[in-house]
Amino acid sequence: MSIGHTLLGLLESGPRHGYDLKRAFDERFGHDRPLHYGQVYATMSRLLKNGLVEVDGVETDGGPERKRYAITEAGITDVAAWLAQPEKPEPYLQSTLYTKVVLALLTGRDAADLLDSQRSEHLRLMRILTDRKRRGDLADQLICDHALFHLEADLRWLELTSARLGRLAEVVAP
Amino acid sequence: MTPAGSLLAAHGLHKSYGSNSALDGASFSVHPGEVVAVMGPSGSGKSTLLHCLAGIITPDAGTVTYGGRELSTMSDAERSALRRTDFGFVFQFGRLVPELTGVENVALPLRLNGVKRREAERTALEWMRRLEVEDLAAQRPGEMSGGQGQRMAVARALVASPKVVFADEPTGALDSLNGERVMELLTESARTAGTAVVLVTHEARVAAYSDRDVAVRDGRCRDLAYAV
Repeated sequence: MSIGHTLLGLLESGPRHGYDLKRAFDERFGHDRPLHYGQVYATMSRLLKNGLVEVDGVETDGGPERKRYAITEAGITDVAAWLAQPEKPEPYLQSTLYTKVVLALLTGRDAADLLDSQRSEHLRLMRILTDRKRRGDLADQLICDHALFHLEADLRWLELTSARLGRLAEVVAP
Repeated sequence: MTPAGSLLAAHGLHKSYGSNSALDGASFSVHPGEVVAVMGPSGSGKSTLLHCLAGIITPDAGTVTYGGRELSTMSDAERSALRRTDFGFVFQFGRLVPELTGVENVALPLRLNGVKRREAERTALEWMRRLEVEDLAAQRPGEMSGGQGQRMAVARALVASPKVVFADEPTGALDSLNGERVMELLTESARTAGTAVVLVTHEARVAAYSDRDVAVRDGRCRDLAYAV
């Protein structure tokens, strides 16, 4: 995920302090991985340098300086371009799993066992997500659904590979 | 051989259809109130396993024990009675009786058990309310959508307070949203009532509603959570 674009998008509704931005990000997108303050400030300096945000005001309130950031026209254009650009479909785990399956076959280990263990691990995570979805609000449901569909795709690959192990063993046999 | 505390257990099941071996030493168990998903590709033997567990078909070899009693030692009449009183069923297509209304369909297991009509329909309406189909009491199955019919089938499976519900691809004919709602309602209702569910499915998203999963491959069960 592009943190810069996400923070820019959050600024479209109005200027915010770095702390407010972090809180807004964590509330909406940071369920598993909240942002570090350092990430927010490093990202904001980069956006500032690139002219995508500007400093809208500085407050002290008797404490340290707090900058309020506002998105620029160039920033809005950048967010629009990012949103319009489809994401590259990631083949994520398959390359690692494929390597493991082939290695198992090459070394005479039980590849079906490996696939079954992976299937079980995938289902374990799917159960956690399903439970979180059941208890959560609509945002939780949509986020969990996305993860669930991806895990399901991995599982289909595991099933198909499992059904093709015999043929694969012939192909990779040393 | 039977895991401690299990309600329903099978050990070393063999079943062949002609020269085709559907089950080849399959073992399985479910505890009271537990939802177990039975997964596997088409033709792996998972439906045959379910039918053996429910006493619908008799295995060629091996044992099925329910509540400490072996199904093979029961007469056909005893097994039929057991299916009416202790087991509930949900299939891929609701299999509701087309001539009966919604409430009559749901009340059917109670009526077959000798419960009077008024009381049976009162209980049926209570289950239909939980399954969010109480408004369809007077409709016939032909007037219901797939999702509504399947919720009605779940209500019918649970109405007689069974100890085990057997669900064979219960969402197979539904879209994602309806399928999820049926699974939520089925598992929630079963857990609340302490009913065990044996859920046969090839869909991982459906299996994710279970407490545990068992993979059937080449007529044998693989249970990675613990050895059966």
